[in-house]
Amino acid sequence: MIGRQPDENPAGIHLPLDPLPGHTSRGRLERVLRRGEFAVTTELNPPDSADPEDVYNRAKIFDGWVDAINAVDASGANCHMSSVGICALLTRMGYAPIMQIACRDRNRIAIQGDVLGGAAMGVANMLCLTGDGVQAGDQPGAKPVFDLDCMSLLETCRIMRDNGKFLSGRKLTTPPQLFLGAAINPFAPPIDFRPYRLGKKIAAGAQFVQSQYCFDVPMFRTYMQQVRDLGFTEKCFILCGVGPLASAKTAKWIRSNVPGIHIPDSIVKRLEGAQDQKKEGKQLCIDIINEVKEIPGVCGVHVMAYRQEEYVAEIVDESGVLKGRQPWKREIRRDDQLVADRLDHILHDEITETQVDMVKTAH
Amino acid sequence: MSEKTPAITQATLVKKAAPKSDYKPADVSPQRRVQRSFAVRLWSVRHSRLLEWFYARFSDMFLLLHPLWKRIGYGRVEGPIKFVEKRVKGFMFDCRMCGQCVLSSTGMSCPMNCPKQLRNGPCGGVRANGNCEVEPDMPCVWVKAWEGSRNMAHGDKILDVQKPVDQSLRETSAWLRVTAQAAAAREAARNVPKPGAPA
Repeated sequence: MIGRQPDENPAGIHLPLDPLPGHTSRGRLERVLRRGEFAVTTELNPPDSADPEDVYNRAKIFDGWVDAINAVDASGANCHMSSVGICALLTRMGYAPIMQIACRDRNRIAIQGDVLGGAAMGVANMLCLTGDGVQAGDQPGAKPVFDLDCMSLLETCRIMRDNGKFLSGRKLTTPPQLFLGAAINPFAPPIDFRPYRLGKKIAAGAQFVQSQYCFDVPMFRTYMQQVRDLGFTEKCFILCGVGPLASAKTAKWIRSNVPGIHIPDSIVKRLEGAQDQKKEGKQLCIDIINEVKEIPGVCGVHVMAYRQEEYVAEIVDESGVLKGRQPWKREIRRDDQLVADRLDHILHDEITETQVDMVKTAH
Repeated sequence: MSEKTPAITQATLVKKAAPKSDYKPADVSPQRRVQRSFAVRLWSVRHSRLLEWFYARFSDMFLLLHPLWKRIGYGRVEGPIKFVEKRVKGFMFDCRMCGQCVLSSTGMSCPMNCPKQLRNGPCGGVRANGNCEVEPDMPCVWVKAWEGSRNMAHGDKILDVQKPVDQSLRETSAWLRVTAQAAAAREAARNVPKPGAPA
């Protein structure tokens, strides 16, 4: 018999899982979170190419270390392979992608179509974002759309899922089954409004949230305290965003150029003082994970290691957040393996057999 | 910190590579180019309590005049009312005439002035000094909205989830729409027989 991993459809890895009571999606991430396990998600650096192998190679390094992979939607307003395309490729191979939808590039007509298309391909998780302004990217002359905002986008997806209707009220034959996510940034002003904004997002339909990079743990702790006092941790899974900084120079650059990322001076000093700044950046990330995982209400981490994706596995391993659990891993089925072992040589051997030869060898 | 060192982003590089000419327009977004300074808008946010009170009286007055509007015809008064509304709200709040005014839920800070036109709260890109991500020299519309809402009696309306903007209502009068809707609601309430009252 084929040894099956948890959260895998026996009929095929690309197929949705069996529906469970209390679950709104048929994906892996929701199951992991609802079981109360500490979830790990990460971000795939989208390729600037039309080769599917580029996506698969970039996803492969996360194998067995993460529960879901974010497919970013032109983050920073820089053009890359679309999140729908990446999700189409990843779902074929059984990965659990989180499809990011940004409001910057598409209006409500296009977005609702993409939600249906994504769900039909087996995308179970969708993350609703506002998106960076076009001025931040490589094509600042583009027309910013912002027809919906993250909140009305969440509500739109929720209406499609729960009421089985488009925003217009027109009925869907089969509503999408989704686990809806949103982003939070506890580190940007107005600080005292931020917890209430999470409440708004939950009211609009958010079931899980991923935070912006957390480098200021005390600030995050205060935020979580407020969120707990408002009772939001019972209604929503909160994943804390973390990531390694490559050097003190990168930290300073990010601080002054990337909007919304707050890096305290102590972090920059710690990196500057280190012999090997890259290693220190990784260690810093592990230390932050170890601190935030103890905060009540934090259900997981979202590891964003832009251009350092190879470190994700090490960071997850060394921080020990999985507690021995192994997330789903793409494996060759045992019967396929058997066939491959026996017959793989025919792909490489340079034998051209004629029928006459075959008759001779048979005798 | 970020003010001293000029930020070199991808966009800066793209701009630098663009062909040069003697005409150099101000380096702000197109939305800012049609707009004056925002001193008056900030005054309105600072006096949100007063404006809230005034707005309540004002909408009552408009509702009282409902029979008049109806006599003349809403369609016919729309032109002049819109003319006044556009100029008054344009001066006070830098109004964009979306036709679905939510000023009372957003601390008297018009959310359509946000470069992303967010109607449900600030994005994650607000700078540490409370300025906008897209316009570094403009205070974030939503930081101001939160401040303004804290002064208001019904400031917690900022926590309601707003529906997406109906773009087909652009350049129409929100005052008349609200009045007509309130009048219709009043009619409906009047037509429902009160429980216990003789039929």
